[in-house]
Amino acid sequence: MATLLDTVQRVRLMRRRPAAQATQKPALERKRQAEPLPIVIAPDDPIIAYFVSTPGAVELDKLHLDSPAVRDLRAAGVKLVIPLVSQGELVGILNLGPRLSQQDYSTDDRRLLDDLATQAAPALRVAQLVREQQAQARARERVDQELRVARLIQQTLLPRDLPAIPGWQLAAYYQPARAVGGDFYDFLYFEDGRLGIIIGDVTDKGVPAALVMATTRSILRSAAHSDRSPGAVLERANDLLHPDIPPKMFVTCLYAILDPATGRLCYANAGHDLPYQQHGDTVRELRATGMPLGLMPGMSYEDKETMLAPGDSVLFYSDGLVEAHNPEREMFGFPHLAELVRIHNTTSLIDYLLNELAEFTGAEWEQEDDVTLVTLQRAEGYGHSMSTNASATPAENPPDDQQWRMLDEWTVRSEPGNERQVIRRLAETVRNLPLPDQRLADLQTAVGEATMNAMEHGNHYDPDLPVFIQVRASETCISVRITDEGGHFELPESQTPDLEAKLAGLQSPRGWGLFLIERLVDEMRVTGDETHHTLDLLMSLEGGTNASQNA
Amino acid sequence: MPARMLEANVRHHRPRVAIVELHGEINAFAEEVLNAAYADAEREAPETILLNFADVDYINSTGIALIVSLLARARKSRRRLLACGLSQHYVEIFNITRLADFMSVFPDEASALTTDPAAVGE
Repeated sequence: MATLLDTVQRVRLMRRRPAAQATQKPALERKRQAEPLPIVIAPDDPIIAYFVSTPGAVELDKLHLDSPAVRDLRAAGVKLVIPLVSQGELVGILNLGPRLSQQDYSTDDRRLLDDLATQAAPALRVAQLVREQQAQARARERVDQELRVARLIQQTLLPRDLPAIPGWQLAAYYQPARAVGGDFYDFLYFEDGRLGIIIGDVTDKGVPAALVMATTRSILRSAAHSDRSPGAVLERANDLLHPDIPPKMFVTCLYAILDPATGRLCYANAGHDLPYQQHGDTVRELRATGMPLGLMPGMSYEDKETMLAPGDSVLFYSDGLVEAHNPEREMFGFPHLAELVRIHNTTSLIDYLLNELAEFTGAEWEQEDDVTLVTLQRAEGYGHSMSTNASATPAENPPDDQQWRMLDEWTVRSEPGNERQVIRRLAETVRNLPLPDQRLADLQTAVGEATMNAMEHGNHYDPDLPVFIQVRASETCISVRITDEGGHFELPESQTPDLEAKLAGLQSPRGWGLFLIERLVDEMRVTGDETHHTLDLLMSLEGGTNASQNA
Repeated sequence: MPARMLEANVRHHRPRVAIVELHGEINAFAEEVLNAAYADAEREAPETILLNFADVDYINSTGIALIVSLLARARKSRRRLLACGLSQHYVEIFNITRLADFMSVFPDEASALTTDPAAVGE
């Protein structure tokens, strides 16, 4: 029907003017007046049905039909109409005015015209089909060209190379959907060795999304000074992007800064899917609050941080993965993804996830949205020793054959008094373990002292240097690790402070911390590397040696 | 910052005994308050100064060092320094550090005052 409508609405007729008037007009005006004027035949005009059902030439003067088109055709001087019908479809009409001889059209004339219509209708139909196909091809080409441009913008702006950092493995995967969304990721290299990691997703698709993505990438790059926290960078980027972003568009984005030397990962989030950190057989979301970029000016973004121990992985991803559907229209989903991240033990998390995705969606899956994955993995046994087995001073540490489970880990800033936070959180963390109150108090004091030493001697009370706390438990033991940025050093040989000398003013009254730690816990292990120093304090759950001594 | 800054209240219990009630945490932040309270306690030249730790919930190694300094001052001026009200854990700390060898530790103020010669001698 579209073809017919298209055809009949484009019917053009030569309106005849009285000869006397025509001769009096200048040549140019005559030519303009001779231009065919369009007569629109409405789709519901009864003439259409009449032409289709009544083959052959029609004399308009003899046609009694209540039709606006017929009235228009008569007014335009048309005497004879020959419908062009092809395969039961009206594809055009031939309109003839009066014969020059002023005589009626003869039977021979009409037969000739009918024969002509029989030949012309299919030819016209073929021509129309060709023209339609050409138009469709041009439209397709325009869409394809737009997609090519969008892809080109995206692929040109995505990093060509992955960061190569000793002890760290980074991988990225980007697969645009056919419609090309606005996913992007980026790596920023700071002079001090830190690495910025960005992953984002622009709402909308095609060229508009790609252009916003390109703009956002540039803004983030210019905002990401080395001395700005991720939250401050997102805040700045939001304020720069907001005035220029098209209405109803916004950008979700996560920005993280990794310090490869320490494993510290600082991050802020502008409404993006939460990354997952895998540690041992646990996985957790890296949460930080913040609105997507471009929605509202003056937004602030929460700065958070975590520590990545050797063997830890972090997955950054876009919603194309979690929102993929299987043939039963079930969504891949966050819980499924979190569980896969938790249980994966292969070298490449990306390959593992893509295989799982392919298995989930089946072979016939048409990708619904861009799929972007960026993984960050800290090599096992590289860098500073978070694991006793990977200790920099293995001779001092007996083999650790315990099966540990991580109860909690966090960092504190190196500010006087912050050991109290650690003491309080430790008590909450181990409250369900079989540890008598007196033993818990001993452990708390020891951990408090170790944290103070880490803040003071390791980090020189530089608030920006974190002390990293890990609390683990085995069947028989609690381990609390306190790590500072001071680098490994041999602790002085344990000596009992000489209280008499202190009371006599011959020695400083200070110097009790390490002594107390050693007396209060069952075992103390010291590990470290060039930049870290770790005290691992162990407390037996079955009643340690110190418990009996001190009871 | 500490969760609870140290506060001290000095009571002169009869001419020869001063009682320093301590409230809060004994750590690096406590130095000024503790020394001022001790100076206040010394004002009437008592023979005995009793530190009441009943409302002290945290003593760290810096706090131990501050107490060692007070003990050194007391010994220098030949005063007895006593402690009371320590939790079981801090009694243990006083034992480990041997502070308890140089300052008697009592469960509470009453038991300290009934035992101390200066108080009993009244």
